[in-house]
Amino acid sequence: MKALKKARLPAAILAARVARLASRTLRTGGGSTVPGVVARRVDPRILARLSRRLPRGSAAITGTNGKTTTTRMVSKILATAGIRAVNNSTGANLITGVTAALVSDSGLTGHPASEVGLFEVDEASVPKVAAEADLKILAVLNLFRDQLDRYGELAYTGRVIASSFASLPPGGRVILNADDPLVASLGRQAKSPVYYGIDEPALDTGGLQHVADSKDCPFCGTPLDYGSVYMGHVGVYDCPKRDFGRPEPAYRASRVRLEGARGSSFLLSTPEGETGARIELPGLYNVYNALAAAAVAGEMGVGLAEIARGLGEFGGAFGRVERVRAGDREAFLLLIKNPVGFNEILRTFVTGADARNVLIAINDNDADGRDVSWLWDVDFEMLADARAAGRADGLPPFMVSGIRAEDMAVRLKYADLPVGAVIPDRREAIEAALAATPPGETLYVLPTYTAMLEIRRALSEMGYTHPFWEDK
Amino acid sequence: MRLTIHHLYAEMMNLYGDRGNVISIKKRCEWRGIPVEVVDVRLGERVRPTGCDLFLFGGGQDREQALLAEDLSGKKGADLRAIVEDGGVVLGVCGGYQLMGHYYETPEGERLPGIGVFDLHTEPRRPEEERLIGNVLVRVRLPDTGESREVVGFENHGGRTYLGETEPLGEVIVGHGNNGRDGTEGARRLNAYGTYLHGSLLPKNPWLTDHLILNALRRVDDSFELEPLDDAAEIRAFESVAGRVAGRR
Repeated sequence: MKALKKARLPAAILAARVARLASRTLRTGGGSTVPGVVARRVDPRILARLSRRLPRGSAAITGTNGKTTTTRMVSKILATAGIRAVNNSTGANLITGVTAALVSDSGLTGHPASEVGLFEVDEASVPKVAAEADLKILAVLNLFRDQLDRYGELAYTGRVIASSFASLPPGGRVILNADDPLVASLGRQAKSPVYYGIDEPALDTGGLQHVADSKDCPFCGTPLDYGSVYMGHVGVYDCPKRDFGRPEPAYRASRVRLEGARGSSFLLSTPEGETGARIELPGLYNVYNALAAAAVAGEMGVGLAEIARGLGEFGGAFGRVERVRAGDREAFLLLIKNPVGFNEILRTFVTGADARNVLIAINDNDADGRDVSWLWDVDFEMLADARAAGRADGLPPFMVSGIRAEDMAVRLKYADLPVGAVIPDRREAIEAALAATPPGETLYVLPTYTAMLEIRRALSEMGYTHPFWEDK
Repeated sequence: MRLTIHHLYAEMMNLYGDRGNVISIKKRCEWRGIPVEVVDVRLGERVRPTGCDLFLFGGGQDREQALLAEDLSGKKGADLRAIVEDGGVVLGVCGGYQLMGHYYETPEGERLPGIGVFDLHTEPRRPEEERLIGNVLVRVRLPDTGESREVVGFENHGGRTYLGETEPLGEVIVGHGNNGRDGTEGARRLNAYGTYLHGSLLPKNPWLTDHLILNALRRVDDSFELEPLDDAAEIRAFESVAGRVAGRR
């Protein structure tokens, strides 16, 4: 019996490798989840066994927005510091994807090549992963309404995540976004939580957006007083009844300067000291991702200089923000996940004259969210305002695609924006949109998740990029 | 003539694109030269009808439903009841619809009282039951015009609503509707409408939007007629969803 148990781990790893090879050969996908499913079937304890053998343990990153980018940023920082990390970087963020990543990192003897595990984990999967992987760090980025039809309600999602805090080993750290009230409120259930946040009054948008989700005190329900609102419901707040307030961040960004597509710079303050930091990624949401990455790396014991250098050298994560050269044109893919992210992208690129050529592709498959009501929470009206202010003279109208192309066209119509070609088929749409983009210019593609996969595959078949599992 | 849209609890009931319904009404009035004012009616604030009004009451999360039930338990709820009895135009969606009935029972077993303008109540989903989620196609019959037309939307609710004497808004062609059992969807009494459909509801069902606008305007001028608009884009959006949904019958 004992010998059989011993043989189980290598058998599981071998089975997983065969499955991965088969999955890639048959082109059923990136081969990033199937091996995990197979390995777990052969040895259900494989994740616990392998993760215990990582010398520096594991860190998990969860939240509705920015998991992949933040995980990749931490990975870059660790590489800069000379620490070998294994991560599930292709968006396979359920327990099977985490297992698959560790399996592919381990030899047949079951010894990981990496020192630390770094995983992005789907919100609903956090308790399962925490129960099996030995998590030294669990970071919660934010909770925005996103694919609500899958997981029910935000407060419930918060409770699910908090239920995993007890699974952390002694000395395990919970890292929380201080500026997201619901996320920060989870700190009451954690032992010595670490907070991060932004202090930059100049970024105050002056009011809550239509899409703001958690605007009330998570404890007494009274509307929160906001000193600053940075995006959605994220900002500096206080409960008027003093039941709750924004916690003091240990990792802080101040003097934040957003420089559009060129990226952002800020002053990074940590328990170890202060330094100037720069990121190449656009938008305030990426400053938050960088700050979360700094907190995760800092709590792992990485020095401030390596953190700043790693962030500065980080170039972007798969599919979230990606540039693809398409002959003498360029396609700039910006993943659309929810209204807050969509607003940020519109604010960063489209209200100026940066984005002349735009294709929006909305699908409603499970992974996109089947309910497209959220399109009405996106502030397309800000684009109409920009046009009225003369900043968009002579721009071609937006092209729309996706299963829900017609819904998107109606949304633009009701924002008084001109609608260009409506081409539901994703492949035809990307071909037409590239053809309509003048040589030397950039086509901005704003797709939901599965539309992005389809457009990426179409670009790949047109010879313009590589399949994503080859992306490094 | 100026139409006032009273958006109830806009600051909290922002789920599922309620804003799409507000934008839809507003633009379809503005395109016809009818001025519109949107007034947010927040927690603790009274409704202040102007005589030419449309009331929108959208969906919220469970914790918010409890706050709203409390807010509606006094004068505000009584005012809304009087508005409905007087023939005022009210559209309740999802959580708002549930609170227009007698009560809404939470999964924890707490009964949140509604304003009772519809004879209906809502029971929680039992543990073995699924949330009712998906695209919906409904046939709606409007007694005042005799019109019978299809409406598309998206539903996502745990609660099961059971009608008493109140008429349903329509019959489910595809989807779950009020409770997934009796084939009814929504409720209708006088000029008050309740439904589980969002998606958002009004943008893809422009005739329903116009029906609500016209009913509101006719309370001031009973011979008022709406100029027709070019609804080609809206109809294409309706047909693309209706076609897909019906294909799965």
